[in-house]
Amino acid sequence: MTKTVEQRERVVVRFAGDSGDGMQLTGDRFTSATAVLGNDLATLPDFPAEIRAPAGTMHGVSAFQIQFASTDITTPGDHADVLVAMNPAALRADLDKVTSGGTLIVNEDAFTQRNLEKVGYSGDPTTDGSLDGFQVYRVPMTSLTLRALEELGVGKKEADRAKNMFALGLLSWMYGRPQETTIDWLERKFTTQTLIYDANVAAFKAGYNFGETTELFATSFRVDAAPAAPGTYRNIAGSTAMAWGLIAASQRSSLPMFYASYPITPASELLHELSRHKNFGVITIQAEDEIAAANIALGAAFAGHLGVTGTSGPGMDLKAETLGLAVIMELPLVIVDVQRAGPSTGMPTKTEQADLLLAMFGRHGESPMPILAPCSPADCFHIAFEATRIAVRYRTPVIVLSDTFLSNSSEPWLVPDASALPAIDPAFATANGNGFEPYARDDRLARPWAVPGTPGLVHRIGGLEREDVTGDISYEAENHERMTHIRRDKVAGIAADIPELEVDDPDGDGELLVLGWGSSLGTIRAAVGRVRGTGRKVASAHLRYLNPFPHNTEEVLRRYPKVLIPEMNLGQLAMLVRSRFLVDARSFPKVQGLPIFTEELERAIGEVLDG
Amino acid sequence: MADAERGGGVGTLTKKDFTSDQEVRWCPGCGDYAILSAVQGFMPELGIEPHKTVFVSGIGCSGRFTYYMDTYGMHGIHGRAPALATGIAVANPELSVWVVTGDGDGLSIGGNHLIHALRRNVNIKILLFNNQIYGLTKGQYSPTSEEGKVTKSTPFGSVDHPFNPIALALGAEATFVARTIDNDRKHLTDVLRAAAAHEGAAFVEIYQNCNVFNDGAFDVLREKQEGVHNQIRLEDDQPVIFDNGARCVAVGENGRPVVANVEDTDPERIITFDAQGRPSLAFALAHLSRGPTEPTCIGIFRDVERPVYGQAVRDQLQRARERLGEGDMAKLLSSGDTWTVS
Repeated sequence: MTKTVEQRERVVVRFAGDSGDGMQLTGDRFTSATAVLGNDLATLPDFPAEIRAPAGTMHGVSAFQIQFASTDITTPGDHADVLVAMNPAALRADLDKVTSGGTLIVNEDAFTQRNLEKVGYSGDPTTDGSLDGFQVYRVPMTSLTLRALEELGVGKKEADRAKNMFALGLLSWMYGRPQETTIDWLERKFTTQTLIYDANVAAFKAGYNFGETTELFATSFRVDAAPAAPGTYRNIAGSTAMAWGLIAASQRSSLPMFYASYPITPASELLHELSRHKNFGVITIQAEDEIAAANIALGAAFAGHLGVTGTSGPGMDLKAETLGLAVIMELPLVIVDVQRAGPSTGMPTKTEQADLLLAMFGRHGESPMPILAPCSPADCFHIAFEATRIAVRYRTPVIVLSDTFLSNSSEPWLVPDASALPAIDPAFATANGNGFEPYARDDRLARPWAVPGTPGLVHRIGGLEREDVTGDISYEAENHERMTHIRRDKVAGIAADIPELEVDDPDGDGELLVLGWGSSLGTIRAAVGRVRGTGRKVASAHLRYLNPFPHNTEEVLRRYPKVLIPEMNLGQLAMLVRSRFLVDARSFPKVQGLPIFTEELERAIGEVLDG
Repeated sequence: MADAERGGGVGTLTKKDFTSDQEVRWCPGCGDYAILSAVQGFMPELGIEPHKTVFVSGIGCSGRFTYYMDTYGMHGIHGRAPALATGIAVANPELSVWVVTGDGDGLSIGGNHLIHALRRNVNIKILLFNNQIYGLTKGQYSPTSEEGKVTKSTPFGSVDHPFNPIALALGAEATFVARTIDNDRKHLTDVLRAAAAHEGAAFVEIYQNCNVFNDGAFDVLREKQEGVHNQIRLEDDQPVIFDNGARCVAVGENGRPVVANVEDTDPERIITFDAQGRPSLAFALAHLSRGPTEPTCIGIFRDVERPVYGQAVRDQLQRARERLGEGDMAKLLSSGDTWTVS
């Protein structure tokens, strides 16, 4: 039969199945093939905290969503156009995430009486008419995969596990994704396991050919490459970008990197990625606890390394006292907080932005620290690099606020020229023949970084208040006040050394400024774009520096009659902005462990404009 | 800060080179003075210049030690000195890194870091000043205080069972474990010498008198006359005999070591000490006394070799470079699937 090919500007696909069904891998591979095709894309992995929850249950459902387009897109999409459901649990858990009239591709073999009952279906929704509003395709993925692998002599269990490749093949056909990207990857992955390679390729091709040859699917779709600046691109996840940014900073500063961390979701990804790159001289230590991790990194910093520690909310709580120590010791240290939904253990695999005030104020005493936040997965690279630059230049601990969404999701990235990255000068102190003053300061109020082993600079630092200039212990009243002011002014002074807050306001006459920070950049851009499409005047700006704010922040805020701040917390940036600038900023808070969706922000913007 | 003006080489180091200009502010009569003087006096012997030496401490009276040494120093927060020192020692293996801690700092709030530094065998020397009391906070019971101890926080007596620091270190797989006494300068220096010579983590418990809040806790061992009778000095490969040769430690009827009179004991049953053998003998000897109020072992309980942590870390970097080549940022950035837009 003749098949038609329809063009689409953008598509959202969601793969959902059991935790053991390999949905994350399927999504990753679909993403790679999509990236190679030159589509713009954004992804959202959505998996449970349980490693392997009981098979076929709702809380064991693991999903991966990707939006790809021939135009610039900024979010993984609010709703899926296509849901691939490997079992009834996946259908039940994710049906509300599918756009009305959307496409459902289900693994028919998994829709057994038992599996249906397990998730509370009384009948089979794919046949009883309850999904009439959707386009439903029932594909016996398991049995077709088993049949495709019959000749290979693979065990039934292994053959069953290859059904995700069948699904990948089918979707690859449906959206014209190149087969080579996946097959090449399988070849690299299973170099020594020929049988597993053969099985996966056979399942993948079976899925692809099933789409092409059966009459079930009459149409496939084409999504053309998105326009992009010339250069070499790759797809990159936030956790990888963060690790590479730190490595790049280590390379450009000639400071050996020393990463100490305790396993914690979702920050462990950073430890895993860095541990793979020991050939860059990267030392990684899995410490006995969060507090040790911070102290080991701080000790390494004293000894002249690039000390870095990474964690998530619960670990930030534990590290607080050590961060205060780093503040008073005035040593370079980078702390990456991959925020997750709290309080306490909260929802470890779900995203949130509720550690901003913790980063700002979560230490006893006046204890200021610079805070940076990446605004996209690829931006994690640049922010990690920038955090290192600031830490080294100003001899201060710096907090980087990433989040689960940024860490796990990915986007295409124009690969930067490694040799064009700016050099970072550690500017270690050396003896000049005069007495050494460990708390003397330069024009930016930074003190000398005098590394043990350097002759002539022997000195002691510690958590007790220091005397200005000499660094001796001091309980003197006015000295404490002076040192408190110096520590504040040093961090505040960084505002002169960072880019201005950029405003996106095409005509410069917006009625409303949408101010964001962190991972919500994509959503804000998309929502603002849609509102502008209705003829309204809306401006947006995004803070990558939370402490200090860029020096023009107040000026930007005062330019607009209304300010709306969407964030995944109960209004933490809004509180900072209101208290700092006396601006009547309104908050759009969301705390569902999920990114803000474009349509809900679009609605909120409309309400503020009309209100 | 006089280091810059000093021109002398290693051979000319003196106690003065390790003595900072800071006024020492422990209570008059504190055992810490004797330890400080012994350490400052001993350091020149190592031939390591002050600028290649780092002292790291935590919170408590012992924490101040760092400020009195004219070396590099890091006075951290409560209990975390072994972690800070781990970062320093792994980052720069050329440094001689010493941790000074106390029974509260090292065994209570910082217990976790202590045991992990020991099991990793980080190249740091840990001096634990054990005075069986919280001094800096003015007299609460500590994790080494004896049961029934009456303090400000235990007016009816402590119901906590104390740690045995030597047994704890042995249990943590420490490769060097020793105990000495603040006022016995020769013994203290001998132990420091052995600890410094040990490659890897060395744990040294120092019985230290707090004359304000727990005076006399170690008199049975510390006082000259009594000490002679009650100190059981462990010597490697030697029979364990003390009290001027009158008493010994022998294998008891149930196989456990017991204190006995030499003249009543079959010489075959007198234990010969071995710091390199199985840790079970050291462990049993650590438990010989219920506390420093009766004959108690001092000296080196254990001294064995095991790969040093920092070295293992660096070896791994080296192997990675051999296997993968020196890290190349441009190559890393363009690794995996890429595509080109022209």
